[in-house]
Amino acid sequence: MMFFLETVISGLMAGVMYSLVALGFVLIFKASGVFNFAQGVFALFAGLALYDFISMDGWFYELFGFALPVWLGIIATMGVMVIVAWLVELLVLRHLVNQEPIILFMSTIGLAYFLEGLGDILFGSDVKPLDVGLPSGASDYLLDNYNFYVEKLEVVAALIAAALVIVLAIFFQKTRIGRALRAVADDHQAALSVGISLRMIWVVVWSVSGFVALVAGIMWGSKSGVQFSLSLIALKALPVLILGGFTSVPGAIIGGLIIGVGEKVAEIYAGPFIGGAIENWFAYMLALAFLLVRPQGLFGEKIIERV
Amino acid sequence: MFYREAGQFKTSYTADEAIFPILQDRFFIGAILIVAFGVIPFFIDDYWANAILIHFLVYALAALGLNILTGYCGQVSLGTGGFMAVGAYASYKLVTVFPEMNFIVVILMSGFITAAVGVFFGLPSLRIKGFYLAVATLAAQFFLVWLFNKVGWFYNYSPTGMIVSPPREVFGFLVTGPDAHPAARYLFCLSFVVVFAWAAKNLVRGRIGRNWMAIRDMDIAAELIGIRPLEAKLTAFAVSSFYIGIAGALYFSVWLGTAEPTEAFDINQSFFVLFIVIIGGLGSIMGSFMGAAFMVLLPITMKSIMVDGFGFAVGAAKHAEVMLLGSLIILFLILEPHGLARLWQILKEKLRRWPFPY
Repeated sequence: MMFFLETVISGLMAGVMYSLVALGFVLIFKASGVFNFAQGVFALFAGLALYDFISMDGWFYELFGFALPVWLGIIATMGVMVIVAWLVELLVLRHLVNQEPIILFMSTIGLAYFLEGLGDILFGSDVKPLDVGLPSGASDYLLDNYNFYVEKLEVVAALIAAALVIVLAIFFQKTRIGRALRAVADDHQAALSVGISLRMIWVVVWSVSGFVALVAGIMWGSKSGVQFSLSLIALKALPVLILGGFTSVPGAIIGGLIIGVGEKVAEIYAGPFIGGAIENWFAYMLALAFLLVRPQGLFGEKIIERV
Repeated sequence: MFYREAGQFKTSYTADEAIFPILQDRFFIGAILIVAFGVIPFFIDDYWANAILIHFLVYALAALGLNILTGYCGQVSLGTGGFMAVGAYASYKLVTVFPEMNFIVVILMSGFITAAVGVFFGLPSLRIKGFYLAVATLAAQFFLVWLFNKVGWFYNYSPTGMIVSPPREVFGFLVTGPDAHPAARYLFCLSFVVVFAWAAKNLVRGRIGRNWMAIRDMDIAAELIGIRPLEAKLTAFAVSSFYIGIAGALYFSVWLGTAEPTEAFDINQSFFVLFIVIIGGLGSIMGSFMGAAFMVLLPITMKSIMVDGFGFAVGAAKHAEVMLLGSLIILFLILEPHGLARLWQILKEKLRRWPFPY
């Protein structure tokens, strides 16, 4: 029983990590209707940039002779992500207005390739251990008192994710820009007609998802180092998306938790019987099974079709 | 001046419905076919066959398959790599279990097996649409690659997990294995591609193809006018997977000779074929070929320019290549979202009026 609980909790924590990536997808999809495949590469790129700012063997250290403290590094990386968002709007999205969704989707795959190559050229392709001072190892308190194994980092990740969701919720509900974002998500043309600048909104929304990617990059980077495979977490986040619905923030969170737990439980209890390493596709099958019952995902808007 | 249909009168329905109704088009295609069948085999060597020609033919066939599904029926699929793996492993099992079977039959059978698998993974398309479906097809991609990795029966329990294509003859010429002459392998692939391109062109012009296009343009309206979505979508999945399966079988047995699922059939294959289709032009048979030529030649050209021309290190050139590829794709989508096929069409329009455009 204890073991089962441990499995579930570690699944929940892994799920939080997936949710972090899925969140970035949902934000962009809601505001601009773009299915941003580059989200995983965003996380990789943010992680690489952050590592460069705060470590002793990056460009930044070479140029200026000192490395930034972690908090300043995070702010600087945020600046980089805003610049990336602005460039994406300026060079890509602006020219693809009114194209079919699949064309936009393909352009984000192109973007993913581009950022991947750029990241490799700028920062090198070796594995970089990102250390921003997050705790690691098992939680001693739980292990000593309850004989319960939980990674400290995963607990911190869960707390940060919760904080992130609260901050985003406040941002969306209470601020002026947040209201504008929701208006755009609701109806592009109506938003345009009351004087909301779509371009500005796109830059903001891509920056916000860049910020989410940065958080995801920090978490995954602290867990297993900043490396190319980080960009593949985008593939992990996709089943979360279809499970929760492309347009729902709570869906991304709950979907992530379901996938995380389902994956861990299946890997441990069903994996050995069918050869193991099933986590690559199990999440997809789980999501697919859900979809057959609810084609719009758990929390997606009901799909209404008219001729 | 030269490309002009004035004076070419059609006196029968058959003539009117010909694939290439214009005389110049027929000359053009005929010339290409004559060069492809009659000239290239005499000059082909291993490098040209492996790096460019067979490479191109295999991807053109896979792109044809995906174009039928995505371009004509509107169902976005990211499972191409997985379906190619089905074709490859089916051909491997058939060749090793029935060594006497004619190799052409083997390839066709692998196509049919892939079609069955494709129909199975196409079932969700009846319920879900758009990006939800695209992600659902990723399930096929990951599941199939995992399956071929884990289940020993598929690779005959070989200790490395690799599959190796044994030498096989067609009409007395060796077409697979290391000793096969490049010309024989090339002609074998070319014949498949030509026959199936012709079949695809006719298929999409007929009733089935029109049903697909109706479903693509608006599935509810199509249903209302009496097209069965179940039938249309599943036939699209079947035909498309058949093509992709044959491409996968040729990819493994004729082109590479050895394969290992995680490398040869990973998700980048799916994206690569999707790029071919988008760059070539959605819903165009000709476009699949042009897209394949573009995507096959681009990395080779870029590599030779950067490594040989400017003396880049191979590693840096690889990264720069990925970067350039990404930006070229974006640029292409911005400049011509309808792909090379559209450019070709524009060129033909211009050519008709040339040299007096007014």
